[in-house]
Amino acid sequence: MTKATLMKAIRRNVAGYAFISPFIIGFLVFTAFPIVASFFYSFTSFDMLTAPKFVGLDNFVTMFTNDPKYWKSVKVTLYYVVAVVPLRLTFALFIAMLLARASRMIGVYRTMFYLPSIIGGSVAVAIMWRNLFGDDGVINILLTLLGLDAVRWFGNPTAALWMLIMLAVWQFGSSMLIFLAGLKNIPPTYYEAAAVDGANPVQKFFRITIPMLSPVILFNTIMQTISAFITFIPAFIITKGTGQPLDGTLLYSLYLFRRAFQFFQMGYGSAMAWILLIVIAILTLILFKTSRFWVHYETKEGN
Amino acid sequence: MNSKRIKWLLYHLFVGCFAIVMLYPVIWLVMSSFKPSNLIFVTAGKLIPDPWIWTNYVDGWKGIGNQPFITFIRNSFIVVSLSTIGAVLSSALVAFGFARTNFVGKGLWFTLMMLTLMLPFEVVLIPQYILFSELGWLNSYLPIIVPQFFGVPFFIFLMVQFIRTIPGELDEAATIDGCGKLRLFIRIIVPLIAPAMATAAIFSFYWRWEDLLGPVLYVNSPSKYTVSLALKMFLDSETISNWGAMFAMSVVSLVPVIIVFFMFQRQIVEGISTTGLKG
Repeated sequence: MTKATLMKAIRRNVAGYAFISPFIIGFLVFTAFPIVASFFYSFTSFDMLTAPKFVGLDNFVTMFTNDPKYWKSVKVTLYYVVAVVPLRLTFALFIAMLLARASRMIGVYRTMFYLPSIIGGSVAVAIMWRNLFGDDGVINILLTLLGLDAVRWFGNPTAALWMLIMLAVWQFGSSMLIFLAGLKNIPPTYYEAAAVDGANPVQKFFRITIPMLSPVILFNTIMQTISAFITFIPAFIITKGTGQPLDGTLLYSLYLFRRAFQFFQMGYGSAMAWILLIVIAILTLILFKTSRFWVHYETKEGN
Repeated sequence: MNSKRIKWLLYHLFVGCFAIVMLYPVIWLVMSSFKPSNLIFVTAGKLIPDPWIWTNYVDGWKGIGNQPFITFIRNSFIVVSLSTIGAVLSSALVAFGFARTNFVGKGLWFTLMMLTLMLPFEVVLIPQYILFSELGWLNSYLPIIVPQFFGVPFFIFLMVQFIRTIPGELDEAATIDGCGKLRLFIRIIVPLIAPAMATAAIFSFYWRWEDLLGPVLYVNSPSKYTVSLALKMFLDSETISNWGAMFAMSVVSLVPVIIVFFMFQRQIVEGISTTGLKG
């Protein structure tokens, strides 16, 4: 290598690193270092007032064998994830298919269905949701009108959790938009060919729509699963940070937050965070691994 | 012909009704904010307030914790605008580096960036809190704003995708004309990726405006509360008498969000459809 080309290569590398340097610094300071630090803290007892004290695996042992609340929060979170992800995706796909047709009204409908998602993360919406489900709230009025019994949403652990699940399902907008974009990419000729062959709508759905959408379904499933696992704010606001009634809405993140920032058990909180990270990593890996059995990738043809 | 008409009518009836059901809670919130506090739940089944009153807004505007509500709005705007400027500019710079320069280890850094997109926030939450408290940044906006100046992975990804659609010939022509990388970025790339930067700015606005976790952790004095933290305080001090004010200020907090949504709908929809950005 001549000196000139070497200099050029160095300059090119310096330029590249200079441009991405904000990310590298930010990544090291705000992500990499904290990940390593929380791994270290997870083996300590640390209240932020005195120095961290090494306790070995105590936090993990306590968590798994001697903390019923921990297992309660795991159960609540799994219930929440298993309910939210399929419901949200089904809704999103259903509405996306309804909207994937030519009509002047589509833009308006799309807006109306997406609006809840855009405001959904706000405190205002959590306050609204809390009051819709009050004892004299709109939902109970509706239930009574339908001849059903009113539900004490804040008195029954399962009902309270379903209140959170419904709030999450209500915000299916971004998945819907991603599905809509995916549906638009399916060549209409496929459906035309299927129609010629006499396929009915159900066959078209399972033989064309689902396989063609499967990469988008995989993406949505992974992202929605992660976001369901780390849900915090709705439970935090709606239950006023308590996870009540009877810890029925004590989502994992909420319990972690309480341990860390209300009881100042930073070591225990870090241990909880690491278990969450491992579980999410394993689940994502499983989704990816199984995807080759059900995700259909189109072979590139020509251009 | 006739059955087609009926089908058309049924379709719009179904989709339209469904859409209204979806929006009903929001409409209910807005309408309730015009009802006297003591009637909000007595008349929860009726949508139209009777009588219409404005006093909830007057009461809510007086604020909470000895602070007028306008203080919270001002605070939120400070946090949102500084964060957004930092996030958009730094992300554009980093995105250019990833999309248009070649260096050893680029693939690795890009992979790391994509992985942080999937990282649960809980893992970094506690050490970040300890770090910021060591820095003496508690009870300030610094822990919320400063990290935004180091590139936001979602925005970097969005802009990388966008820059890749710009033909490389432009770069080459500029380089032959003696244009350095930085000038290439500022003069040619930035104007071309303005739409992607706008999309990033809109999402940044949403995320920071609605952010509650940051303020809950890092802001203590009521004079520094953001709108979402102030609303939480309304909720925590909820008594039968101030429901109306809380509803009214909830509506106020949604106004900027909804205005931005209607102004920039196209960018928002495209941003989500192309990158899976979450609203």
